[in-house]
Amino acid sequence: MKRELPLMIVLIFGTFMAFQYFVPHRISSDLYQEFNNWTIIIGIFAMVVGIGSLISLHYNRIKFKKPGWGYSTVTIVCLIGMMSIGLIGGTENDLFLKLYRHGLAPVTSTMFSLLAFFIASAAYRAFRARTILATLLLLAAVVVMLGRVPIGEILTGWLPRPLQFSEISNFLLYVPNTAAKRAIFIGVGLGVAAMSLKIILGIERTWLGGEGRK
Amino acid sequence: MKVFLVLIVSCWLTDIWLFASEVPFDSVTVEPPSMAGEVLVRDKPNDTGGTLIIQWAISADDTAAGAGIDGYMVYRSKNVDGPYKLIRVLPSGSISFEDTGLDDGQAYYYRISSVKDQLESQIVAGGPAIPSGQWYHTKRTPILVLMILFCITAVVFIVKAKGGYTFYVRPIAGIDAVDEAIGRATEMGRPILYVPGLGTAADVATIAAFTILGRVARKVAEYNTRVICPNYDPVVMTVCQEVVKGAYSSVGKPDMYEPKDVFFITQDQFPYTAAVNGIILREKPATNFYMGMFYAESLVLAETGFIAGSIQIAGTDQLIQIPFFVCACDYVLMGEELYAASAYLSKEPQQLGTLKAQDWGKVVVVLLIIIGTVFSTVGWSWFSALFDIG
Repeated sequence: MKRELPLMIVLIFGTFMAFQYFVPHRISSDLYQEFNNWTIIIGIFAMVVGIGSLISLHYNRIKFKKPGWGYSTVTIVCLIGMMSIGLIGGTENDLFLKLYRHGLAPVTSTMFSLLAFFIASAAYRAFRARTILATLLLLAAVVVMLGRVPIGEILTGWLPRPLQFSEISNFLLYVPNTAAKRAIFIGVGLGVAAMSLKIILGIERTWLGGEGRK
Repeated sequence: MKVFLVLIVSCWLTDIWLFASEVPFDSVTVEPPSMAGEVLVRDKPNDTGGTLIIQWAISADDTAAGAGIDGYMVYRSKNVDGPYKLIRVLPSGSISFEDTGLDDGQAYYYRISSVKDQLESQIVAGGPAIPSGQWYHTKRTPILVLMILFCITAVVFIVKAKGGYTFYVRPIAGIDAVDEAIGRATEMGRPILYVPGLGTAADVATIAAFTILGRVARKVAEYNTRVICPNYDPVVMTVCQEVVKGAYSSVGKPDMYEPKDVFFITQDQFPYTAAVNGIILREKPATNFYMGMFYAESLVLAETGFIAGSIQIAGTDQLIQIPFFVCACDYVLMGEELYAASAYLSKEPQQLGTLKAQDWGKVVVVLLIIIGTVFSTVGWSWFSALFDIG
């Protein structure tokens, strides 16, 4: 029963969700909205489990003085501190907002800004002309990059329009690049349909965990 | 007395002057603008209900060359005799209006007038019409037909596979490398990092990540290696815990399962990224798997893994992130390969049957694209119009 019940629920709700797309009636859209609300409610309850997991993990690190236990202390202090301030003073509380705006937001932005450096290092490796294909990639990248900046216009502005970097760049982006992206997109669509079918029919059961074993 | 006489005379003279200076007016008649043409009211097709579409022919004065009008006034009532309530004033040039938020099953009557300088034309009446929701979206029929065809094809191949038919599936380097990568971790005595992405348990890519995790965890359990699985979503964490636990049980080693290796971090994108980066740099995993939905953090994670010297296998259906993974990872499952991975890894005939259905689905899509291109080129737009799903 522990295996059959979830499979039955998935079969019923999976089929409903698939056919709901073809039924525009308000009853159908309201049911769809209602099920989505259930997902949110389940997610909120699961957050309690998630925070429990987080606290348990870091508590054990601190307790057994595992390497990096100092970071775990910072995590627990910040978690309890922010939660307490939010619960006591509300999320519009001045201290809560200050900690968010001047603590969390700059740290998050700093992490995001690292992406620029990682892009540079990854591009350096990707664009090394070791094979014919890598050389083509390098050439395409150079043309697209120059076609997007004013120096590209200065370098090739005197050439006939089809030979200018900006035109070649646009061609590369909007013709071969878009064609490849659409091919992947079609594959993804069919892959999603096949995966959904496998789950609805109970062929794919790994998501059930231990109960999914046949 | 003299003063009094002077006042009378001056008043008389002033009156003569004022009278003489008056310019006689021509009499100006301000006429209302022409009324709007025929008004048609109908239920909006393929909608949830509660909406009517009101259409009318424009007023004869509503032209750029003519005197022009200021706009149209739309009135609505539940009774033909009124009272009518002004519900909207639309600018000149308008020819239709969608009235929303109505009660299904209730008849509505409309009146339209054109207006110019606050003068209204004669009223044109329309209706009654009754709003209602539809039980079938007629414009989506081609999708329904294709969906049913795809399901039938998949079932046919599954039945065929169950009957013992062997399908050829082309090898995918990223999937072939999974066993090798787990073996490497075992030899090096280092853990495996499995990142299920930023998706929720409702995303198909995340569900595909669960299935791959199941296969990976089974191998990990067989080889007595450790798998670390940091999570962004608590529901995903719960499912991942069950999947890993199930994998350990399936190879007869339930005691080896360590629940603390599958844990939740945070639901903030970059704090999550920072935490996973920290794990990569501290634990130095031999192999990193990035499977599921990824956004801007994809390259940050993959580059950190590269710096740590891990073998990296990524799989995502996020088109924008695929090039980043291609740059920084050793193997990448692109788009549909992520969904196909579980079939490849399990080699179960039923799973392989759906792969064949996918291939035939691609054949159909390519044929439809070719037919659509040819028909549109010769000017037959009805074929491409079939796929206008509204």
